[in-house]
Amino acid sequence: MSDLATVDRAPARGMITLRGDFTSSKLKRAVKAATGHAVPKPGRIAGDGHKGVAWMSPDELLLMVPYEDVASTVDNIASDMGDTHYLTVDVSDARAVFSITGPDANEVLARLCPVDLHKDSFAIGGFRRTRLAQVAAAFWRHDTGFDLVCFRSVADYAEGVLQRSALARKTGAL
Amino acid sequence: MLILECPYCGVQADETELHAGGEAHLKRFGPDSSEEDFEGYLFVRENPKGVHLERWRHSAGCGKWFHAARCTMTLEVFGTYPAQTLAPPKYIIERIKDKRPGWSWRNFS
Repeated sequence: MSDLATVDRAPARGMITLRGDFTSSKLKRAVKAATGHAVPKPGRIAGDGHKGVAWMSPDELLLMVPYEDVASTVDNIASDMGDTHYLTVDVSDARAVFSITGPDANEVLARLCPVDLHKDSFAIGGFRRTRLAQVAAAFWRHDTGFDLVCFRSVADYAEGVLQRSALARKTGAL
Repeated sequence: MLILECPYCGVQADETELHAGGEAHLKRFGPDSSEEDFEGYLFVRENPKGVHLERWRHSAGCGKWFHAARCTMTLEVFGTYPAQTLAPPKYIIERIKDKRPGWSWRNFS
């Protein structure tokens, strides 16, 4: 094992996909109530993987809450939104989560994703949906490295490519 | 490698994160249209050696469709813009005409 970074599969987290109109004040209030954070700007995450909200697309957010709170959060969003058009799905069990920690965690991801991961381009709090080798994934940067989310159906593949990438020698290009 | 800026995410997305969707700004003709119009909508496409207007989907990212003005010969990109429009924005047309005087593409010039 090299010392580039450590790749660990994290336990399932509570994740809710929320789609709707970001300009709606009801949606803003519902997101704030569910996660304690405001709707983030494109390419950003507010909070962290245990209690946070990430920008997925112009009409989609990923809400992260403790696993056991998902059902009650979905119910609360339903009552907050009233008859305003929106959609929520509990995707907690559809996703796998990996944490990639270490001083050179960005090198591990840079080998697999077409993303500029220099800390000046992709800072702490940056969130990106992209391609991890051959599968779709999303990740964000935090104090100690990255958290990465992908579909659980491809979790073994993702773990394999991440582990293999972490074995390689440091290039120092980033 | 072709790199296009996704107008929704604002990220520089490379070709492997995108899916090409063919020609942009097609006018749809339905069941009551003439045979010529329907044939044109289904089959007749621009194929310029030069600046082309194309549809792309940010398939590994936000999943949204957008349009790009791109030179098929030099791969120079003149800009990308959201797909909810019937015509390219003025500044993109001006940028193209600055570099390619006399450019025209279907009804746009």
